[in-house]
Order: sequence, then C-alpha cells, then structure tokens
Amino acid sequence: MLADKDRIFTNLYGQRDWRLEGARARGAWAGTADFVAQGRDWITNEVKASGLRGRGGAGFPTALKWSFMPKTSDGRPHYLVVNADESEPGTCKDREILRHDPHHLVEGCLLAGRAMDAHTAIIYVRGEFIRERQHLEQAVQEAYDARLIGKDNVHGWDFDIIVHHGAGAYICGEETALLESLEGKKGQPRLKPPFPAAMGVWGCPTTVNNVESIAVVPEILRRGGGWFAGFGRANNTGTKLFCVSGHVNTPATFEESMGLTFEELIETHCGGIRGGWDNLLAVIPGGSSVPCVPGEKMRHAVMDFDGLKEVGSSLGTAAVIVMDKQTDIIKAIWRLSAFYKHESCGQCTPCREGTGWMMRVMARMVEGRAQKREIDMLFEVTKQVEGHTICALGDAAAWPIQGLIRNFRHVIEERIDQYTYNSTTEGAVPSIAAE
Amino acid sequence: MANIKVDGQLIDVPDYFTLMQAAEAAGAEIPRFCYHERLSVAGNCRMCLVEVKGGPPKPQASCAMAVKDLRPGPNGEPPEMFTNTPMVKKAREGVMEFLLINHPLDCPICDQGGECDLQDQAMAYGVDKNRFAENKRAVEDKYMGPLIKTAMNRCIHCTRCVRFTTEVAGISELGLLGRGEDAEITPYLERALTSELQGNVIDLCPVGALTSKPYAFAARPWELVKTESIDVMDAVGSNIRVDSRGREVMRILPRINEAINEEWISDKTRFVWDGLRSQRLDRPYVRTGGKLRPADWNEAFATIAAAVGKSRGNRIGAIAGDLAAVEEVYALRQLMRQLGSSNIDCRPAGSTLTTRYGRAGYVFNPGIAGIEQADAILIVGANPRREASVLNARIRKAWRATGVPVAVIGEAADLTYDYTHLGTGIDALAGLTREGAEGFAEALRNARHPLIIVGEAAISGQGGTDLLAMAASLAAPTAGAEWNGLAILHNAAGRVGALDVGFLPEKDWYDTAAMIEAAGAGDLDVLFLLGADEIDMSALGNTLVVYIGTHGDRGAHRADVILPGATYTEKSGTYVNTEGRAQMAARAVFPPGEAKEDWAILRALSAALGVPLAFNSLAQLRASLYGEFPHLSRLDAIAPSDYGQVKRLAKVPARPRQAKLASPVTDFYLTNPIARASAVMGECAQLAAGFRQAAE
Repeated sequence: MLADKDRIFTNLYGQRDWRLEGARARGAWAGTADFVAQGRDWITNEVKASGLRGRGGAGFPTALKWSFMPKTSDGRPHYLVVNADESEPGTCKDREILRHDPHHLVEGCLLAGRAMDAHTAIIYVRGEFIRERQHLEQAVQEAYDARLIGKDNVHGWDFDIIVHHGAGAYICGEETALLESLEGKKGQPRLKPPFPAAMGVWGCPTTVNNVESIAVVPEILRRGGGWFAGFGRANNTGTKLFCVSGHVNTPATFEESMGLTFEELIETHCGGIRGGWDNLLAVIPGGSSVPCVPGEKMRHAVMDFDGLKEVGSSLGTAAVIVMDKQTDIIKAIWRLSAFYKHESCGQCTPCREGTGWMMRVMARMVEGRAQKREIDMLFEVTKQVEGHTICALGDAAAWPIQGLIRNFRHVIEERIDQYTYNSTTEGAVPSIAAE
Repeated sequence: MANIKVDGQLIDVPDYFTLMQAAEAAGAEIPRFCYHERLSVAGNCRMCLVEVKGGPPKPQASCAMAVKDLRPGPNGEPPEMFTNTPMVKKAREGVMEFLLINHPLDCPICDQGGECDLQDQAMAYGVDKNRFAENKRAVEDKYMGPLIKTAMNRCIHCTRCVRFTTEVAGISELGLLGRGEDAEITPYLERALTSELQGNVIDLCPVGALTSKPYAFAARPWELVKTESIDVMDAVGSNIRVDSRGREVMRILPRINEAINEEWISDKTRFVWDGLRSQRLDRPYVRTGGKLRPADWNEAFATIAAAVGKSRGNRIGAIAGDLAAVEEVYALRQLMRQLGSSNIDCRPAGSTLTTRYGRAGYVFNPGIAGIEQADAILIVGANPRREASVLNARIRKAWRATGVPVAVIGEAADLTYDYTHLGTGIDALAGLTREGAEGFAEALRNARHPLIIVGEAAISGQGGTDLLAMAASLAAPTAGAEWNGLAILHNAAGRVGALDVGFLPEKDWYDTAAMIEAAGAGDLDVLFLLGADEIDMSALGNTLVVYIGTHGDRGAHRADVILPGATYTEKSGTYVNTEGRAQMAARAVFPPGEAKEDWAILRALSAALGVPLAFNSLAQLRASLYGEFPHLSRLDAIAPSDYGQVKRLAKVPARPRQAKLASPVTDFYLTNPIARASAVMGECAQLAAGFRQAAE
C-alpha cells in the first residue's frame, strides 16, 4: 500500500480544507517560483525523467507531448487546454481533484504552461460538474488574489487560467472535439493532422492534457522525477488514481502505486470481491471503452499500461468496473453500447451507423433473440467500425463488444439456446421475462 | 515537390497535394461522397480510406491527409500509399455497408436513380447480401422551399449541402442537427432557403435526399438528350447543359467552366425551363380592330410591308431586347440599314453605354476569374447578388480567401459578404478620389489590382457618362496590359453582343428614349421590337409595333404584329457575356408551332419588304458577321480590349451630381419574359417578396 508520505493527492476525500490555505499547508505552491525560473527545458526533463504517461486513457508520455509544441513562437500564442470533461462511465478521479484538491491543478497549469511557453490555460469542465466547477473557479480566483497567477504574479510568468463549463456531451472529452466546443462550435472531432500542437484552439499551438496528468506535475517537480519514477515498473511508473466501482465490498477512489496486481489492489482498498474471488465474473479495468477481462485472467493481472495490455485490455483511465457472477454480462455490455450510440456525434459514417447497429444486435442478444451466426457478424461489424473513424469513439464503442465476444461467447450462445428452448407454438418467450 | 509511391508507382507531386489528388495523379481512382473540390474538406464519409506506409497504422482518409503529412521510410524511401489492398477493400466495403443499412434503397422511385453516386459506388464496393436485420431509420422530410425536394431517409450526412450554403452561397440556413444516428440535415425552421444559388445543392447531393422539386418524377437521366449550351438569364453566360425529351426541355444543369461559373448556376438559370413551355407565341398575330387575331406569316408580313411602304427611313425604328442573340441583332441592323434607318438601339433600359471608347468602355475587363486577383473591390450602382448571382459567389470566394476589402456605392443590400457602404449617390464616388481620403479610399489607392464594378443601370440618364468617367479614373492609374480594373456589370445576356455589332443610333438618330417619345408624338410609323419587353409600352402612341419574340409578355400585348421567334434553347445563337466572351448556345429543341428562328424571320421579312438581306442561311449570315466582327468567331475567348481607352475615358471631364443609384433588378426571379412565364419563378418571387416584407 502506498505510504501516506508518498501520496500526491492528500485531500482526495475532502476531509481537509481544499482552499488555498489548506492546500498550502499540505505543500502546494511551495517552491513554484524556482521551478518556473528554471525554465522550460528543466520542467520538461523532470517530467520526462518521471516517466509520466498521460492519465486520460491513451497513456501517451506527457513530456513527449509537450515537446511537440513549437520551440519558438511564430507570433501565435500557445495554449494549454486541460481536459476536465471526465465523462467516461466508471471514471471518477478528476472530479475528486477538481473539488477537493483544485490547487494541485491550478499550480500544475502554471508549471505545464511554462513548459510549453503558454501564458493561458483553459480548463474545460464537464457540463454535469457543478460543485467541481465552483470549487475550481474559487481556487483559480484565490490564486489570482494571491498573485500566484495572473499578470505580474509572484512567479514571474504571466499566466491566465480560464475555466470553461461544457454542456455535457461525452464526445467533447475527445481532444479535438473539445477544441471545437471551446471555439463555440458543435462538438465534433477534427481531422488529424493537423494535430493540436501545430493547430489547436483558434488555430494556435495547443496541448490538451488530462486533469490528473497536470495535477501531479507540481509534486513531481518538488520531489524530483526520480521519486515518481520509483513507483511501479519501468515504462509504467508513478502513482495513479484508481476508481473501483461495482461488485466489491467497498468501492472507492484512491491513489496507489502502479504495478500492483488486481488482487492486491482490491484486497488492500476495496475489501475484496463481493461473495469472494470465486464469485468474480469479469472486470472492465480502464473505463467503459476498454474490453472486459474474465475474472480468472484478471485476478493476477498487473495494474499498469503494459500489464493490462497483456490480458487483452488497457489501463485507460484506471476506472475499474468489477462484475460478479450475478451480473448479466451481455446486458452490461449492451448498456455500454447504448451509451456510445447515444454519444456518437454523427459526423462520420462508421460510428454514426455502426453504433446503432451494434446496440440493436446487442439488445437482441440480451434476450437471446438472435442467430448464433450473428455473433460473428457482430464481431465483424465492430471490426468495421474500429480504426475507420475520425476519432476514437468508434474504437471505444467496438472494444467492449469485442471483449464480450472474445471472452463470453458461450454466455451469448447459451442465451440464444435458452431463447429457442423457451419458445412455444405461441411464439418465443424471452428468458429474461421468465425469471 | 514530393515523391510518393502510389500502389508501387513512384510519382512526383506538389507536397501540399492530398493523398486523393496524388492517387488521381497516378491514375488510381478513389471513391468519395463528402469530398468536393470546391468545398472545405469534411472527411466524414470515410469512403476514401487508403492504406499508408509512413503514417498511422490504420486506414487514412485520403481527402484529408496531405502528402507532406507522411514520413519517409527509415532509409529515406518515399512514403507509400495503397488504394487496392485487402485493408482498403475491407474498409470501403465496411463503409459502404454502413451507408446502405439505413438508406431506403428506393432507387426505383428515386429521382437520383441513374446518376447517383451511392448507386454507382455500391456497384463497385457494395456486397450483395444484407446483414442488417433491424428496422431502418426513418427521418422526416424537410421543407426547403419550392425548388428543393427532400427525401431525408436517403441522406448519408455528407454535409456537402451544408458546406455549400455556408461557404459558397453565404447563407447559414442549412445545418446538421442532432447527434449520432439521429443527426439530420435541416433548414432549422422549415422555411424556404433564401439563396439564389440553392439549386446547386441538388447537384451536390450524392444521393437522392435533395432533388429538384419542379423536375420531380418527370424523367430519367438516360432518356434525356443532353445539349451543351449557354444560359441567357443574366449576362454571366453560365455554361449549361439542356436536357430535353422530345420537344420539351426537361431540366437545365450546369457545365463546368472555371473562367465563368465554375460549376454553379443560379436558380433562375436552373429552374426557368417551365417558362419555356407556357405563354408561348406559336403563330403570327395581327391586330385588327384593336384585337389581336391569329394570322399566317404572309398576312403578317404584308401588314408590315404596307406600313413600311408608306413610311420613310427616319420614321422607322428598332429596339433589340435583353435576350437577343448576336445573329438576329446583326440581321436586324442590316435590315434597318436597307430601310435607310439608323433609329436602332440595344439599350432598352436607357443606359448611355457607348462604343466610342472601344470594348474597354462596356465590358467586365478583368474577367470573372480576375475577381480572385483583386485587392480592392468597389461596387457602384449594382446588386451583383441579384444581377449576376454566380459572379457574386466569385466575389464572396475572393473575399473569403483573401479578405479583400469591398465597398458599395448604391443600394445597401445583403450581398453575402461584408462591405463598407460608402453612400447611395454619385457624390460618394467623388469622395473616393479626394486627396487623403481614408478607409476604403486608401485601400483602393494602394491597390495594385483594384476592381471597379459598375452596374449597367448606373451608367444611364444624364449623369451616366460622368459616372463612367469617374469610375474609369479610379481604374486608370493601374490600367495596363495585364490588369484593367474597369468592370461593367451587365444584366442582359444580349447587350454586349449587340453593342459589339454596333446596334446603336448614329449621331442625330433616335435612341430608345427618343424613339418612344417620337412614337408618342406620332413621328414614328413603325417600331420593331426584337424581344424588347422592358420599355414603356403605353407611351408608343399609334405607331405600328412589330414584336418579334417568344412569350406573350408586355411587348406582345402592345404589338400590332407578332412574329413568333425562338428562345435560347431553340436556336443556335452567339451570346457575348459581360466579360466580352463570345459563346454559342446550341439548339436543344425546336420552336413550338409556327415559330421560327429569329434571323430567319428577319430574312423572310426583308424579302417581303423588298429589301432582301444578303444571306440565305445561318452559315452565310455568320460568314458576313465574322467578316465584319472577326472577334465574334473566336468562341469562348475574350478579345483583348484596349486599356488605353480607359485612360482616355478617365480624362473626360465629369461633374458629380446628386443621384441615387439603384439596381434595376428588384425581383431576381422575374427579369425577363421567360422567367415571368415560369410558374416556379413566380412562386419563388412571391416567397422572396414575403421575406422582404418580413424583413422590413
């Protein structure tokens, strides 16, 4: 278990003062001026040394992403955009930062901004986050009042933070759709290239980072990249916020070192699986968009980027959804399909048409009202969506179903058999209704 | 330049080329729906996916990725793209399947059938079996006005129509509402679109979601005879294709001509064809006892001959109308000469255009394509949106691309781009030349390619010549061999051609206004109207009016003798557009009833009058015409005009007067007899009037 002294987010549960004073007492805003003074390359190198990989889902090395920003400005301002549009089902880590540790983020914005020569950060907060936004806005105001940020601040790097409140569309969490939304347009992902680092918000060089990626930066600088790199396995370093939900005894969001096994994680923080480990059916380890993993495979899986890749899934946002054997796994995945169908922006063909198709076939499979050959067809359809769309929502919609078919094909087949078995001359009787 | 391998073939293309362009350069065809070369790139249909080496390891939209976005191989090998690999084939088949699952497949009752991109590409990339066992999506049809018929079930969300209306037409009245599979193309408020170019979305729509309402269920594309021709609804000379079946014109489509209309045409051009069928004059008429009655050609000619025989040359006049082709104007000029008259005029609107300064004084010198080079645009006394919609789109294109400053003197109308309104009168023009004037005047002074667009209506009346001289003085400093910024914007298709053949009165002979006055005073015995409907018919007194034309419009109502002629789709005729570009319209169908081609009518009439013209066929007429005006024989080319004349014109002393400038086209949809006979145009005009009223 991560020692208390190694925790970055010390007010995750809101038991302490989240305001400036409380944050300062817990170490925030200490030595910031020095870090700013050491300059762009030093900050980037420290973050590089820490091995920090993006916490928003894709796990792209943060320092590398920053290094894509132009070294010298061509007259266009640089922007840091913080993606606080946390809408991934199962994920509830950024909101804890926003409402209980907002100064980590505000300070992180300044430092990350310095690392990419940006004088402005825009924090795009999810539409449904009301209290989170209020706390964040208050924290930003406090920082302005204390001249920690703003023009001629004590850190010697002019810096503005704008808090933008979204309207509650999942797709606006996609970085380019977020930029479109920021510009006041319909939240539809842009074509890449050009990438945001070359042409982002209002056509200016922009880096879009997750809240957690930015919020851990001050602590990395304070304790050194080596400290952060000391947690977890090579290439999968650091501490991470995990959000465990579902059929565990005590669901929780907590900070833990990467590289623990799933079993360690659950036993340490969540009081074990409901009904014991034999009752574990499946786990979605990284938020709704990643494939589910059967329980027996998951139990000893290592909870980091590479470890979960080995079991055919992904760490994603580290939002662990645990399902025990009471779960109707087909219905659970159908619910995710319905979510993606509802949140597809409708811009490009495979996602627009494919998500609805997949959801409807899934709906029939929940009842068992399908042909067994349709399982293969459904798998093929997910392959037709995956990789053919403008943004990753198509992939996200396809992967849960692929995970289901790969790992729980027998369940679907049994459901179909059951449906056929229950049918009478009067017609088919859905097995769900019979329960 | 950059190297790229397309399907193994190494080619050299500019590095800003998209992969799609590179593939086309290499001869590989790439299917597409949303991509259109004149619209912004959307990349949303995903039909053009290709495989690349040196880029991301998944299929890439070739319309959106540039050659320079690909990295060379580790040893500097050129990047590669593949258009025919299994990955590409699978991607395209997948996309096609997705497009078809919610598409109604009602091709047998769809007007797009036979010319449908989806149909064609489904032949190449579709699979023969349907795996989609669910219900298809149903989308409510939308009302978009009297021109566009919608069947929104068929929509594939390519957004070409949205991009066209916002980018080219300059209205934001179409959009994509909703999300995911519930996304719908909609005009938001179920109101008719207000653009004069809206019909182009019918051509742009790759499926049958937006089709032509007047043409609905009228014909199939394969049963139509296609005739390439020229439009006469305005002086732009848009290139069109007339589709006819039997004796009827069924529809009109644009042809691509980069120098003139690109590939757009205005709604009047596209939908006027129902006017070609109604109100037609299909036999000669003679007025007896105050009433017109059907007659035969001989009787009609005899009536005219009797009147001409009793008269003298200086008591005979002729006015050429807006839609007259060069050939008949030339024939009429010859006839009037034989009759000893120089009471001829081709400016029924009363402008003071003259050939005294050569062509430079009456054509759109920089050319329509030249608009894109302009670095300051001044519009004087014209509303290009109503007078030449396609040309207006070109101004908007230039404004969008370069942000060229535009200013207007005259009516402050919505032109679909931002402009500075300098005033409504000629005095505002004088203000521009004042020393040290700021704002647009400064931009104009510093411009290397200033464009001074002068509406024909502005050059009329007492101050007409003054205004032209002042406009010329703005264009004169930069006038040279490669740029001549004086641009006269005509609004009648026949005007420049008629000016070219000198259909103007000699000194001391009557012009249009004088002819009308003389007729009212009884000093004119016979007046020939060659399709001239836009003059004051009530003021013609007891003069014998001979109307040679096509429609029962104003001229025919006043006429004493009606000789039925042919419309622009029924004859081969030369039209010179506002740039001075001679183009030839072709015959698509025959004139109705006893109507004849106008030159032939004049030839026959000349014989009846005892002064036979010196040609017996259209070829002989043209030989004679080209002998006198060789530039008219060089079709599709612009005879260079003498920029020195603009400098001469600029030196004409001009006195600025207080005069209000207004566009002569108050109703875009009803500018000529054909349009006035069209029920579709009438409906559009009524709607537009409603919009104007609502706006006021």
